Amino acid sequence: MSTLKYALFTGCTAKQSTPELLSSTLAVAKKLGIEITILEEASCCGASHLQDFDEFLAHVLNARNICYAEKLGLTMITICNTCQLNSAMTKHALDTDPELKARVNEKLAEVGLEYKGTSEIKHFLYCLIDEYGLENIKDKVEVPLSHLNIAPFYGCHNIRPSELHHTSNGGENPYNPTSLDQLIDALEGHPVDYDHKNKCCGFHVELQANHTSEILAGNAMVDAIDNNADIMVTPCPLCHLKMDTYQDDIGKVIGRDVELPVLHMPQMVALALGCTPKEIGLNYHVQKATHLTA
Amino acid sequence: MSDTRKVTIKAFRFNAETDYLPYYKQYEMEVGKDELILDLLNRIKWEHDGSFSYRRSCRHGICGACAIKVNGRATLACKQNAIELLDLFNNELVFEPSSKKRVVKDMIIDKKDFWDKHAAVQPYVVADIDPHPEHETKQSIADFNKFLDSDLCIQCGACHYSCPALEANSDFLGPAALNAAYRFTIDTRDEAGKERLELTAEPGVGVWDCVKCFECAEACPKDINPIEKITKLHNMQFEQGVAVSNVATRHAEGFVRSIKKHGFLDEADIVVYSEGYLGMYKHLKTAMKMMKAGKIHWNDGLPWVDNVPKSKNLDEIQKLIEISQTNKL
Repeated sequence: MSTLKYALFTGCTAKQSTPELLSSTLAVAKKLGIEITILEEASCCGASHLQDFDEFLAHVLNARNICYAEKLGLTMITICNTCQLNSAMTKHALDTDPELKARVNEKLAEVGLEYKGTSEIKHFLYCLIDEYGLENIKDKVEVPLSHLNIAPFYGCHNIRPSELHHTSNGGENPYNPTSLDQLIDALEGHPVDYDHKNKCCGFHVELQANHTSEILAGNAMVDAIDNNADIMVTPCPLCHLKMDTYQDDIGKVIGRDVELPVLHMPQMVALALGCTPKEIGLNYHVQKATHLTA
Repeated sequence: MSDTRKVTIKAFRFNAETDYLPYYKQYEMEVGKDELILDLLNRIKWEHDGSFSYRRSCRHGICGACAIKVNGRATLACKQNAIELLDLFNNELVFEPSSKKRVVKDMIIDKKDFWDKHAAVQPYVVADIDPHPEHETKQSIADFNKFLDSDLCIQCGACHYSCPALEANSDFLGPAALNAAYRFTIDTRDEAGKERLELTAEPGVGVWDCVKCFECAEACPKDINPIEKITKLHNMQFEQGVAVSNVATRHAEGFVRSIKKHGFLDEADIVVYSEGYLGMYKHLKTAMKMMKAGKIHWNDGLPWVDNVPKSKNLDEIQKLIEISQTNKL
């Protein structure tokens, strides 16, 4: 297999509150021989909130990020569902609306850039599955996760709206997603089947609609726990932040103790590829995962 | 290969007048390639059990009566090919009403909450019309196109009963009513735009309670993409000066403030800026836990401290904000 090369759009959380996401992503890439160039020029994707305030500005900033991946001639990969969604929405808007693309390029020209539409945008999860390949990952497993019941939590912005994502996420069915389940299988873990795996975690209204946010996160976590999950795993750092740091508050609203370690997808892969819990930054979690090694 | 497929359908059954608890009943049938979900509903009733109840009317995807959930997926029964869903769900179909807690009988639900919310946004053109006009009220094609797709809503409730924000907060208007609010607010003939926008800006009721899950976009059988209209309402609130400064609007606007300074979002600052220093007390316990885990630092968010990583070529980002920003809070 020829070496896979990607331009990595880290997003904001991987540079701040979830450094373990970035380090474990790089650890997985190193173990699998995937070449990664970090897009240090990139800005925030707007996380859907900038879009609420000023949609055009959000398109300009996202187009600029994509420009830097285009300059390298590489696929831009994301490690956050919301980064994936907002970048892909800009790409889709510009690629299908020549008038908008011209207006955005007029602004980008002021800083010497041009959006062309030549780079694909893909979440790292789907690079691993569709491009590196599950069979190849299986061959590299050093520490099978056979002692763990793992609840996959997909996160909205990788699977919905399906029309936007179907070319980049292997045609995942938003009502019955399977990619994370397959990945867990490949690492010899036991995927937990539960109704809320494709539901919303409530992160985006944490500040203004706190009660809603806790209920959504709580419903999902309790469902995973009731189906015997030892840990939860998610490709989205925002789902991670919601479900890892707010467990006490969630428990109070939902009326039950909620204790469940929530891993980032690359942390789980890194663990199976032989990285130590320390190497993948488990110390950065609020809810510590103490029973990960057999 | 045979033209039909042998299928087992599990259907939700409940009669609010006589049953204590709902139950599921199984029906077996051969399904042909051209049959719709509505055909299967009909066949349950006609061939298996005459007491099975569901709404149906036009059979043309226009009356919105036959929306149900199939394997949790919002489905307009008269528009959905059955084999397509059998492929999607590995040959197992589960028929359920759009909202189990609102069931009257089997697939039939009480949509009162839906209609109440729909009515609340004044889903009609509000205008002082000359009773004896001498000419038509003209509209440009561009203006008409602004609401063309949102006008296709058939009030089936597929998005409304797929919205998790509504399940958690019954005051929230929900995607269908907000789509209707957009449709009439953007209409050049309408004069109630500001009043309607103010309702959509209300905390706990309007667009700021949308959780951004895109369930509505996925659910809509008419491809309306209600969340896209919700984003447009957000933008219009700022454009038309309806947005008032509160935790939600500051959270949206605060992104520009952060990106201008760092390129990245300042995660601590956005919380402080949105909540205000007094509002921070709610987050102290979480902040302490995050600090202990090394996720944030003790001096994050203090105005004279800068712990945030910077994007390379930050000057480009600042320049782009300067020349591209269109809205203000």
